[in-house]
Amino acid sequence: MANEPHDHEHGHEHGHGHSHGHDHGHDHDQGGNSELTEQQARVRALETVLTEKGYIDPAALDRIVEAYETKIGPHIGARVVAKAWADPAFKQRLLEDATKAINEDGTLGRVSDHLIAVENSPKQRHMIVCTLCSCYPWEVLGLPPVWYKSAAYRSRSVIDPRGVLKDFGVTLPAETDIRVWDSTAETRFIVIPQRPAGTDNWDEEQLAELVTRDSMVGTGEPLKADEVAR
Amino acid sequence: MNGVHDMGGMHGFGPVTPEKNEPVFHAGWEGRVFAMQRVSGLFGYWNIDIGRAAVEKLPPHIYLGVTYYEKWCRGLEARLLSFGLVSEDELQAGHALHPAKPIKRKLAAADVDSAAMQRGSYYRPEQAPARFKPGDKVRTKNINPTSHTRLPRYARDRVGKVEAIRGCHAYPDSIVLGKGDDPQWLYTVVFEGKELWGPDAAAGLKVSIEAFEPYLEPA
Repeated sequence: MANEPHDHEHGHEHGHGHSHGHDHGHDHDQGGNSELTEQQARVRALETVLTEKGYIDPAALDRIVEAYETKIGPHIGARVVAKAWADPAFKQRLLEDATKAINEDGTLGRVSDHLIAVENSPKQRHMIVCTLCSCYPWEVLGLPPVWYKSAAYRSRSVIDPRGVLKDFGVTLPAETDIRVWDSTAETRFIVIPQRPAGTDNWDEEQLAELVTRDSMVGTGEPLKADEVAR
Repeated sequence: MNGVHDMGGMHGFGPVTPEKNEPVFHAGWEGRVFAMQRVSGLFGYWNIDIGRAAVEKLPPHIYLGVTYYEKWCRGLEARLLSFGLVSEDELQAGHALHPAKPIKRKLAAADVDSAAMQRGSYYRPEQAPARFKPGDKVRTKNINPTSHTRLPRYARDRVGKVEAIRGCHAYPDSIVLGKGDDPQWLYTVVFEGKELWGPDAAAGLKVSIEAFEPYLEPA
């Protein structure tokens, strides 16, 4: 790599005038000194070339990163699940067409085509994977965690899902069947986990606090009623 | 292509190790790569399938040896180079050295929150009636294309059941060959664990794939 770390404040040269440049808040990239790692230098070179050629606006990159760090995440899916728990008619519509059900009144945000919801029960567990790459329902869960994209998860979930669940500290009863959904096309999946006991009178907002990201991928459980402050 | 990306059923990768309180990006450059990938999708030179194919074509030791966003970075560089949007000497220099090529759209910061960043629809007009219906027994074909496909190896030449029709979709195997969307019906096809993994398969296991119609034949 012959890239000069020529431009430490690159993100600020383009007149967007705020502090979302790509060095902002990421000192840990540099291991506490001012040396750029090879990968950082490589990415900086790429961004500089694309910017100088007029293909990209670094301020747009700032906005995208910010959106995925602060706005788009599993709290969206948690609200969907909480509503499904609280409203059986909504749950039915969600299972029939998740995209349509989520979009019906705008209060849950907006999702694009092809979202499919599947429901866990004592007899049936669902797990979501993408063995070929990393397909994941970004719009309701945000960007996938490293484990979801790992070779370990992608290889083993379809052949040994119980073993994978053990890695997450989850042991299912022997009589529970497991269905693994391999996301091999543009359809995306969200699991509706089982509603925890002792939450009968909870409203949607309270219920949403129980819904973990992993429970919506099928590798974890929701929190128990006594695990959240009411 | 029968690459290392096609991991379903492989052994030896060890346990899954979830990270507590994981950040969205582990370093600033990861976010930049992610965002560059997003905006470059609007350039009009490739779609998501061509992006996936570029990552799959990375040499196996690179694919397995570097982190996720490093793969994205290399895949993006490879696409930019192959479409002539940048050149090797520019990446080496870290500066533009040659004139730019026209692009369809340069995403402005003000448009990031708008429809421009929403996921597109992959539905396409149907070209023919669906060949299969829910409940049909189907066998996946034994295909081994050297180009990109979304039929994983573990699910080739296996008998399963059509569970649902998911509409007519753009067909990745055609797109990566430059032959257009060639819309195809998409089905959820479910297999018994034993059909995929033999008599020692975990009891009560079923695995489904999302299968484009050309992957299937009646069983």
